[in-house]
Amino acid sequence: MKTVDDVGSGTAGLVLLLGFTLVVLVFAVAVATAIGDYAIGLGTVFLAVTNGLGLTGAEIPPIEQSVVWDLRLSRALVAALAGAGLALCGAILQALLRNALAEPFVLGVSAGASTGAVCVIVLGIGAGGLSLSMGAFAGAFAAFALVALLSNGATSGPNHTILAGVAASQLFNALTSYIVTTSGNAQQARDVMFWLLGSFGGVRWPDFQLLVLVVVLGLAVCLWMARSLDAFTFGDEDASALGVPVARIRLILFGITAMMTATIVSMVGAIGFVGLVVPHAARYIVGPMHLRLLPACAAIGAVFLVLADIASRVIVPQQIVPIGVVTALVGVPFFAIILYRSRPQT
Amino acid sequence: MTVTASHLIWGVRRRTIVSDVSLSVAQGETLGLIGPNGSGKSSLLRLLAGLKRPSSGRIEINGQDIAHVPRRLLARQVAFVQQSAATDTNVSVRDVVRLGRTPHRSALAGWSAEDEAAVAAALARVDMTDRRAQPWQTLSGGERQRVHIARALAQSPRVMFLDEPTNHLDIHHQIEILRMVRDLDLTSIIALHDLNLAAMFCDRIIVLQGGRIIASGTPETVLTRALLRDVFRVEAEISLAPQGGAPHIRFRAD
Repeated sequence: MKTVDDVGSGTAGLVLLLGFTLVVLVFAVAVATAIGDYAIGLGTVFLAVTNGLGLTGAEIPPIEQSVVWDLRLSRALVAALAGAGLALCGAILQALLRNALAEPFVLGVSAGASTGAVCVIVLGIGAGGLSLSMGAFAGAFAAFALVALLSNGATSGPNHTILAGVAASQLFNALTSYIVTTSGNAQQARDVMFWLLGSFGGVRWPDFQLLVLVVVLGLAVCLWMARSLDAFTFGDEDASALGVPVARIRLILFGITAMMTATIVSMVGAIGFVGLVVPHAARYIVGPMHLRLLPACAAIGAVFLVLADIASRVIVPQQIVPIGVVTALVGVPFFAIILYRSRPQT
Repeated sequence: MTVTASHLIWGVRRRTIVSDVSLSVAQGETLGLIGPNGSGKSSLLRLLAGLKRPSSGRIEINGQDIAHVPRRLLARQVAFVQQSAATDTNVSVRDVVRLGRTPHRSALAGWSAEDEAAVAAALARVDMTDRRAQPWQTLSGGERQRVHIARALAQSPRVMFLDEPTNHLDIHHQIEILRMVRDLDLTSIIALHDLNLAAMFCDRIIVLQGGRIIASGTPETVLTRALLRDVFRVEAEISLAPQGGAPHIRFRAD
């Protein structure tokens, strides 16, 4: 009797998923670029983009050209990259830490970023020369360095690393609260809070260029190590017995995820839930093996965050809901469905 | 494929766990490691499999010092089966066995006919071919252990190390698994708790106590009343089967 080859069907599923998400992504980016206080038709959006790429020289109002090309398109593309990057980091950390609850901020990166941001917003460290993003990036890396130190370069096992991450998060959150309560005013506290919940306002092409570099590089390295990640299924020792240089892989991948997370957080704030939910959704569709899982995560994460950005702008008229609120509000019910459908059948 | 170790020493902080162990295992031999809890069986097994580095001494597999062999190349020759390794990931039996091909595949290489043949043969060897699509989480303890052994076989190793592979299994599965390992055309080294099973399935037995080898030889010569009293602190009767079968140990309750 011939059975269906499960390898083939998994790959076909991935190709189908990638094709589908690409179509949805293009459409979502187009919609995200069209809507707003100044609504622009999809046809004009298309022409403005081709103009911007230098492919056409269509006559459209300069203001519309500028809104589409200079403001909204970069924003939508940064949202897509941030979603892809966060989902990818979530999948990597869930594998390395062998914990279904792991997400990009488990290593204390977001708490460190908030401390760095607060140092710039409230304390004025750097005196204007240091941007909010650079402060957040420095803080994020400080937190990661502390976690790496506490867990012996992330070599002392998953639980140890998670505990080190919890300790670092608590420390940096306490520092943030301390600085805000002792020296901030109400407006500054609000700014910090808003920033922490995430916002794509203010991102421009230079942000996109940096992020595309970091995320594409990160994805390439992670795909290169996808087979090794699979070998972690039964733990570190098992991975080692399968010929994986565990300590080296761990350190490289932790470094890559910290780098990606820190870059994303420093640009758009700590957008939660993408990194936790998307890998579970992707696993549900393409299975747990990482050569298929990682591209699927990147694709779904990108679409998810662009859609969340659209939602954040249309839910309340004339007002932007923080993106972190939207990802949680949309993500939780979705997550509940996955949890329910994948419950242990006992 | 032969395994030789000379003067292995390994410890954690100031406590020495394996002290001055030398041994040699011949091609195709099944060697049992026995000893009380904390005697260093598991540690010695991990040193021999190259999962831990000895603080001094050397291990040679087929005449090659494994300290100088890269992990991936070592994993093409040596497989290690942990006792009851678990996962929360929702993988199928086939996914798990495919992991055994990891050391043979480069980062992005496709799935070759050789890989497929190795996985199919390994699944057949442990009699799990029909259940290859079954989720790991739905397997019983004995089936999981069989799948782990299949994964080790898919590595196409020439030496296999097993750390108490029969733990938590019923007697039928204990015997089934050890019989399977003995009949494999491999050099295998097994850490075991059950002395009767060790006597039944091992060509040779090494007894560890306090990190040292205190006896080594065929089951009949090693498993004596005096040794059981000294090492395991139990009183037992040992009967040798008339046709030269494995010695049988009957423990005394009083």
